[in-house]
Amino acid sequence: MRKVYGRPRFLKKRSFHYCAGCGHSIVHRLLAEVIEEMGIHERVVGVNSAGCSVFAYNYLDVDMAEAAHGRGAAVATGMKRAYPEAVVFTYQGDGDLAAIGTAETIHAANRGEKISAIFINNAIYGMTGGQMAPTTLVSMRTTTTPFGRDVMLEGHPLKISEMLALLDGVVYIERTAVNSPAGIRKTKKAIRKSFQTQLDGKGFSLVEILSPCPVNWKMGVAESWQWIDKEMTGVFPLGIIKDTTGNKDAD
Amino acid sequence: MDGNSAVGEAAIRAGCQCYFGYPITPQNELTEYMATHLSRRKGCSFIQAESEISAINMVFGASAVGARSMTSSSSPGMSLKQEGISYLASCELPAVIVNMSRGGPGLGTISAAQSDYFQSTRGGGHGDYRTIVLAPSSVQELADLTHRAFDLADKYRIPVIILGDGMLGQMQEPVDFRHEAPAELPVRSDALRGARGRPSKIVRTCTSNTSEMEELNWSLYRRYQLIEKKETAFETFLVDDAELIVVAFGIAARIAKGAIKSARANGLKVGLARPITLWPFPSGRIKELAATAKCLLVFEMNMGQMLEDVQLALQGQGEVFFYGRPGGVIPTPSEVLRVISRHYYQRGLKKGK
Ligand SMILES: Cc1ncc(C[n+]2csc(CCOP(=O)(O)OP(=O)(O)O)c2C)c(N)n1
Ligand code: SF4
Ligand SMILES: [Mg+2]
Repeated sequence: MRKVYGRPRFLKKRSFHYCAGCGHSIVHRLLAEVIEEMGIHERVVGVNSAGCSVFAYNYLDVDMAEAAHGRGAAVATGMKRAYPEAVVFTYQGDGDLAAIGTAETIHAANRGEKISAIFINNAIYGMTGGQMAPTTLVSMRTTTTPFGRDVMLEGHPLKISEMLALLDGVVYIERTAVNSPAGIRKTKKAIRKSFQTQLDGKGFSLVEILSPCPVNWKMGVAESWQWIDKEMTGVFPLGIIKDTTGNKDAD
Repeated sequence: MDGNSAVGEAAIRAGCQCYFGYPITPQNELTEYMATHLSRRKGCSFIQAESEISAINMVFGASAVGARSMTSSSSPGMSLKQEGISYLASCELPAVIVNMSRGGPGLGTISAAQSDYFQSTRGGGHGDYRTIVLAPSSVQELADLTHRAFDLADKYRIPVIILGDGMLGQMQEPVDFRHEAPAELPVRSDALRGARGRPSKIVRTCTSNTSEMEELNWSLYRRYQLIEKKETAFETFLVDDAELIVVAFGIAARIAKGAIKSARANGLKVGLARPITLWPFPSGRIKELAATAKCLLVFEMNMGQMLEDVQLALQGQGEVFFYGRPGGVIPTPSEVLRVISRHYYQRGLKKGK
């Protein structure tokens, strides 16, 4: 019998603690697959962050360090500068990357740090129990916007990828979603391209991944996956936001 | 050479590979020195970070991959670094952090002060941890202790703080650098450099397991005990026959020394005890001295912070006076001499040769 599917080599033999239907586990798997396929595991140093993925190092079988909440881009900067041979990625949620870590993110991007940011946008603070994130949609109910996000009070969803795309140090940003097989394949390709961009020494790259959080969205899994298409992609359109790498396709 | 630049040169000669900093007076000369002298060195990196928070987290990253790394700041910036220092302590990562402290609280003044003693010696950030705190009192000692700081940080995998002040940082004195920069340093065995020929490694601080966290605290505590035993440093000056001993650190000790020389010329038997490590605090030596002298006069450029460590060391045994000048005021030796003389005569201490 031919084996067509199995555990990627760089995913530890341990079951995920993530909720059923959560996007984090899918993205972990994609990372492990890309690292294996690119043959870069001996050079990879990852930075995980406070958020539901704070224990990402329990799953990804590569060197990893846990950054303080929001400081991933600064930690990754220190790593890459001190050890340029490393392939450095950060794994950050929307609260981490686009609220508390906004300054670190923008300045690392602006310096054109040769790092890859894997940015999980689930429009919510998952780990702390479903509070508003900077990416929470207008009218969306969270535990801290119990009446729905009101733009007069809480402002609009923050489009950090579009903001970052304005910076000259940024060479590649793509927004994908992991709510369908096609989206998952695209996400994998984008992660791969981001790593390739780093290997080529071109500059800062980021993959924003729209990712379901059925638990805090208070939806079933199927519904949460549909909600990404129905609601999220309207505010956060999928596709390449910036690409000056000159690489049409990493594959 | 000015004190700030001396720290920079000593750091480079200690093999510092990464410096990340954010401008703040009175330590800008150090950041600028590193921009000029470190940034283009082979295998080295300099970044003017977007904030002190970023700078300390860059140090965290560089240290995690095994580089000797440093950041520096002055008091308001040190407050911002505390989160990062707590994480460094938790992850047992070495780092050297320089504080050319200034008068506070708040934005305060840019003039020299010692009001960050509590912050430096009590960990400073959240959680149960310590940092080694070195308090030089001359430019030469700044350079020497900078070198030592890197060794201590690596030896104990701990953040080390050099607690200077605006005056030390700015003043010009001759310095003798005793080391040449190493051609190459060995890579720390715990460095994250990719899982090449070994299993993957992690640097982590979060756990959902309280007994694991308790064990980390115990293991840190045991290390702190070892540091207390091995690394306490102290200087004395004319204490053998002293009736009154001034206890002061850093630049205040320098000022006190001047006052003590004049006091001696007037026949007052006064000496100086100067803790060089503020943590670990030389409690044992302070206790010994308190037993030989009639009284101690703690002199600090703050409202009495090291004073508490002196009192803790004495456990109520012995008489302690305090003279403090907070806010960035730098008292002159003659002001300190007046305080020494007043206590000396009021206490009815014997004069002599
Ligand atoms: C300094 C600090 N403040 C607050 C927290 C609490 N905290 C942990 S994760 C988190 C937000 C997580 O949201 P996000 O980054 O979107 O990740 P998710 O859990 O949604 O994947 C917060 C506020 C913290 N760990 N540190
Ligand atoms: S709370 Fe949301 S983001 Fe966190 S594990 Fe559960 S589904 Fe995933
Ligand atoms: Mg989130």
